Amino acid sequence: MAHLENLVLCRESQVSTLQSLFGERHHFSFPSIFIYGHTASGKTYVTQTLLKTLELPHVFVNCVECFTLRLLLEQILNKLNHLSSSEDACPTHITCETFNDFVRLFKQVTKAESLKDQTVYIVLDKAEYLRDMEANLLPGFLRLQELTDRNVTVILLSEIVWEKFRPNTGCFEPFVLYFPDYSIGNLQKILSHDHPPEYSADFYAAYINILLGVFYTVCRDLKELRHLAVLNFPKYCEPVVKGEASERDTRKLWRNVEPHLKKAMQTVYLREISSSQWEKIQKDDTDPGQLKGLSAYTHVELPYYSKFILIAAYLASYNPARTDKRFFLKHHGKIKKTNFLKKHEKTSNHLLGPKPFPLDRLLAILYSIVDSRVAATANIFSQCLRCWVSDLQRPHGAPCSAECFLSCRRTFLPTAFLELPLITSLVTLQLLTLVGHDDQLDGPKYKCTVSLDFIRAIARHETLFRLKTVLDMDLQVSSHKCFSFLKF
Amino acid sequence: MATSSVSKGCFVFKPNFKKRKISVPIEDYFNKGKDESEDSKLRFETYHLIWQQMKCETQRLQEELNKNLFDSLIEFLQKSHSGFQKNSKDWGSQIKLREIPTAALVLGVNVTDHDLTFRSLTEALQSHVTPYVVSLQSKDCPDLKHFLQKLVSQLMDCCVDVESKEEESAQKKTHCSMDSLSSWYTNVTQTDPKMPRKKRTSSQWQSPPVVLILKDMESFTTKVLQDFIIISSQHLHEFPLILIFGIATSPIIIHRLLPHAVSSLLCIELFQSLSCKEHLTTVLDKLLLTTQFPFKLSEKVLQILTNIFLYHDFSIQNFIKGLQLSLLEHFYSQPLSVLCCSLPEAKRRIHSLSDNQCENIRRLPSFRRYVEKQASEKQVALLTDERFLKEEAQSLLENLYVYHTNYFLVLRCLHQFTSSLPKYPLGRQIRELYCTCLEKNIWDSEEYASALQLLRMLAKDELMTILEKCFKVFKSSSEKQLGSTAKKIEELLAQFQSLDAEAKEEEDTSGSHSKGLQKTDLYHLQKSLLEMKELRRTSKKQTKFEVLREKVVNFIDSLVREYLLPPDTQPLHEAVYFSAAHTLREHLNAAPRVALHTALNNPYYYLKNEALKSEEGCIPNVAPDICIAYKLHLECSRLINLVDWSEAFATVVTAAEKMDANSITSEERNEIIHLQCSVY
Repeated sequence: MAHLENLVLCRESQVSTLQSLFGERHHFSFPSIFIYGHTASGKTYVTQTLLKTLELPHVFVNCVECFTLRLLLEQILNKLNHLSSSEDACPTHITCETFNDFVRLFKQVTKAESLKDQTVYIVLDKAEYLRDMEANLLPGFLRLQELTDRNVTVILLSEIVWEKFRPNTGCFEPFVLYFPDYSIGNLQKILSHDHPPEYSADFYAAYINILLGVFYTVCRDLKELRHLAVLNFPKYCEPVVKGEASERDTRKLWRNVEPHLKKAMQTVYLREISSSQWEKIQKDDTDPGQLKGLSAYTHVELPYYSKFILIAAYLASYNPARTDKRFFLKHHGKIKKTNFLKKHEKTSNHLLGPKPFPLDRLLAILYSIVDSRVAATANIFSQCLRCWVSDLQRPHGAPCSAECFLSCRRTFLPTAFLELPLITSLVTLQLLTLVGHDDQLDGPKYKCTVSLDFIRAIARHETLFRLKTVLDMDLQVSSHKCFSFLKF
Repeated sequence: MATSSVSKGCFVFKPNFKKRKISVPIEDYFNKGKDESEDSKLRFETYHLIWQQMKCETQRLQEELNKNLFDSLIEFLQKSHSGFQKNSKDWGSQIKLREIPTAALVLGVNVTDHDLTFRSLTEALQSHVTPYVVSLQSKDCPDLKHFLQKLVSQLMDCCVDVESKEEESAQKKTHCSMDSLSSWYTNVTQTDPKMPRKKRTSSQWQSPPVVLILKDMESFTTKVLQDFIIISSQHLHEFPLILIFGIATSPIIIHRLLPHAVSSLLCIELFQSLSCKEHLTTVLDKLLLTTQFPFKLSEKVLQILTNIFLYHDFSIQNFIKGLQLSLLEHFYSQPLSVLCCSLPEAKRRIHSLSDNQCENIRRLPSFRRYVEKQASEKQVALLTDERFLKEEAQSLLENLYVYHTNYFLVLRCLHQFTSSLPKYPLGRQIRELYCTCLEKNIWDSEEYASALQLLRMLAKDELMTILEKCFKVFKSSSEKQLGSTAKKIEELLAQFQSLDAEAKEEEDTSGSHSKGLQKTDLYHLQKSLLEMKELRRTSKKQTKFEVLREKVVNFIDSLVREYLLPPDTQPLHEAVYFSAAHTLREHLNAAPRVALHTALNNPYYYLKNEALKSEEGCIPNVAPDICIAYKLHLECSRLINLVDWSEAFATVVTAAEKMDANSITSEERNEIIHLQCSVY
C-alpha cells in the first residue's frame, strides 16, 4: 500500500473509497461506479494505477476512440478475451453487433478459468460519448452485473455530472464519486514530485512555486502546468548553469524567470506559438516579440468583387430588409424619424447575431454598393464560391484542353449555366453559411458569419465614399451607442 | 429508340457499341470550312508545340516558387519527427505533453490552385520524408467513421504490400479504428523493413512518420477534427502522425475550430505560401514579356485575363487556362497564325505559303497600311508578285522580331524608372505599364508626362540605382541595336560618379563666397543678400547634376518614343497578336442570365436552324415550345393570366401545324423537334 501512496498523491480519500468499494477479489462489488471531476483531476490516473497495482482483471476503453457501438463492444470483448487466455497465442477475433450479443458473448468470455471467482472491471473513459450512442447502451452498462449474472463492475469516467447522463426512461443509479479539483497546495506537491534528477527537490519546488504564482490564476490544468514547467525550466536553470547564481539564490532566479513566464502565458499557453518554437527562442535567446503568433495573421487577401460580396452579405445579414430602401436607393423619400425603429430593433443588431437573407437581396445590395457597373456574369455569382470549391472543374465553361474546347464550340451552348450549384456551395471558407437544407434550389438563404472587425478590415481597403456612408448608416440603425466605427 | 411494347413505362436499352462514333482526330476540328482550311494541320501542330513549351515553363515556375515553402516544410517535418525518434529517456521529454507536430499551411483564397500545390507537396514529401502521405478533403469526411475509413484505405494503398493487401481489403470496411491503424503501422514498419526502405532513400528512420494533409481545414466539422486529434494524440507513441492543415483564409481559423483543450495537443507552426499576385507577376514575366514565345496578347485580352484574376478568383490556374484558350483561339481563327513560331521557322514557312495565304496577308489591315506608305511601283509589286511579297514578308517578320526584343528591354527599363515614383502614375506592376503601352502611344498620355515630371525631381542616389538596374537589364541581352544604349547608360553613370568629385569643389567655392559677407552694416548686408538671391536664381537651373538629370530623362524619353510603339503600328502583327477579346470574354466570363435570355428569345442564335430565323418581334411558330412561352410571357406586363397565356400559346402552335403542310417539309420538322429534345 505504501507503494500506492507513492504513486497517487493527494487522492487518499478517493483511493480508500474505491478500495473499500472493490472489496476482496471474489466479492461482488457495486455494479457500476460513476467517477466525475474536472479535467486533469486524476480520475483516469487513479483508476488505472489502482487497478494495475492491485492486479485486478480490468479492461480500459476510451469512448472517443470507439465512435460506433460495434467498435466499443468488440474492443471490450477482445481485450477481455486477451485477459482470459493470456497464455494462449492469438485468441480469435470476436465480432459483436448489438448489446444483446455483447451480453451473450460476455458470459462466454468470462467463463474462462482465469476470470472466475473475481470481479472483472470495465472502465469506460470519457463516458459522456456514450450518451450520443444507442439509447440502450448506458442503462445496459449500468446494470451489466445483473444482465450477465457475472461478477463485473463498470466504472464510468466523465467530466460531466451524473444528472446530465440520466436517461428519460430511468436506469440503475450508479455509485457516484466526485474527484474535487486539486488545491494549489496539492498542485505544488504533485508538480514538485517529478523533479529532474540533476537538481535537488527543493530547487525544483522553488521553481514550481514561482510557476504557480504566475500561472495559477489562468490555468489549473495539471497536465498543462506540467508541460509549461518542463518547457520553461531551462530558462530558470540558466543562471545556475552559467555560474551566475547558486541554487539557493532564489531571488535572483525569480527575477530572471518571472518576465519570461509572463510572456509564456501570452504565447505558448494560448498556443499562439508552438512549444518547439518556444524552446528554440529560449535556446537562441532571441526576443519572442519578433515571432508573430497565429492570431497576428488576420488579414485575408480577397479578390476585388469578393470583398464587396462579403460586405453586401454582412449588410444583408445585420440590417433588417425594411431599411434597404432607405440605404441603397438614391431617392428613397423622407422617413419619419420617430417611428422609424420598432421597439425590439432598438437593441443592437450586432448583439442579435446574423440573420438569414435570400440570395437576391445579396445581389441587389452588391449592385448598389459597387460603384462600377458589374455584369451579372457567372463569375460574379460564383467567385467567392467557385474558387473555393475545388471539386467544381471548369465551372464557367473555361475549356481545359483542346478537345474540350473544340467540342464545346461545336455544340450549341458555348457556356454552362452554373449559377445555382455554385451558389449552393457558398462558402466553404466559412465566411457565409447556407441556412436550411442545401437541396433547396429555389431561393437559397445565407448567413454571414464574419465578424465586424473582419468586415471593417476589408472595407478599409476599399475606400469608397459610398460604401463608407452606407456602413455609417448601418451603424446608426444597428447600434445607438456608437462603438467607434470605420475610421477610413 | 423504340420498343414493341404496348404499355407505358421505362425501358432499359443496352448501348449499341457498333453505332458509337469514331472519334475525329483533334486537328480536324481546325477545319472551319472548305475555303478556310489553310494549313489547319500545321496550325494545330504549332499550337500544340507552343502550348507544350508554355506548359513546361509554367510548371517549372511553379516548382521554383514552391521550392522555398516546401523546403522549410520538409525541414520542419524532419526536425519534429527526429525529435520524436530520439529515445525519450531524458527527464523533460518524459513529462512534457506529446504534441502532434502540425504545419499550418496558409495558401490564400485561390482554392483552384491548391490541388496542384498539394499534389507537388505530396510528391516532395514522398521522396524526402516518408512514403506514407495521405490527403483528405472535408467532403469525404462528414464524420469520424468516414474520416478513418478514408485514412485507412489511402494508407493501405500507400504501402505497396501486395500480399497483405488482399487480406486487408476484406477487413478494410469493417475494421478501421485507430487501434487497428497503429497495429497495422507497427506491422508494416517492423515485419519487413526492407520494403519501405527502398522507397525512402533519403530518410534515415526506422519508422517513417505518417503525414496527413487536410486540404481544406475550414470546412471540416469541428467535432470530427477534435475527436480525431484527441484519439491520435493518445496513439502518438505507436503511430507517429504529422498533420498539415491547408488553410485558405487565416490561421485564426484553427483557434476558432479547435478549443484550447484540443489545440494544446498540437504543436503548430505556420507556413505561408507566396502571394498569388506575385505569382501572377512572375508568370506574366516569363510567358508574355519575353521573346521566347512568339505568341502575344493584345491589350484588351490581357486586360480581361488580369481582370478576371484580380476581380474574381485570384487563380493562377484559371489565368493559364485563359491564356491557353486565347492561344488556341488564335490558332483556330487566324489563318496566318502559321507564322506565329520561331523566326527561322516562320521564314521557312513563308516560302511555302499558298496563294490563298498570300491573299490573306494582303488583306491584313496592318499590311495594307504598310503598302500604302510604299512607292507606287513597290505597291504594285507587293500586290501582284507573290515572290516579292514573300520576301517582303520575311523582312517584315524579322523587323517584328527585332521590335519585340527591343520593346521588352525598353519596357523593363521604363518600369525601373516608373515603379519607384510616388503615387505610381504609370502603375506599380509592370503589367499595368505593359497594358498602357500596348494600348496607345504612351508618351501621349498625361500619366507619362507627370511621370517624367517626377523623374526630373529624383535625387542622385535614386537615379543612380535605377540606372544601374537598367544597365543590368540591357546587359542581359546580347542584341546589337541596343548595345549602344547600354554603353550610353554606362557613360551616364560614369558622369554621375564624376559629379561627386566636382560637387566637393563646388562646395568649397560656395564656402569661400559666403565668407565675403562678413562685417558689413545692415544696408550692405541686405543688398548683398539680394544680389546673391538673384545670382542663385539664375544659377539654380544649371547645376551640373540637374543638367545630367535632364539628360537622363531625355534619354529615356527618346528610348520610349523610339521603341515603345504600340504593336498595331507594326505590319503583320496580326499573325502573333491575339485580339479577339469578345470571344474570350464570352468563354471565360460567361453571363448565364444573358445566355438564357438569348437562347429563349432568339433560338436561332444557338440552334443555327434556318427555319428559326425570324424578324424582330414576331414569334416563329416552329421555335421550341419553351421559347414561344417565354416570348409570350415577355409580351405581358407584370401580371400574367394563365388562361390567356396558354390560349396564346395554343394559337401560335396550331398556326404552326396549319402551315406545316405547305411550308415546312416533315423532315425539317423532325429535325427541329430533335433539337428541342436536346435543348431540354
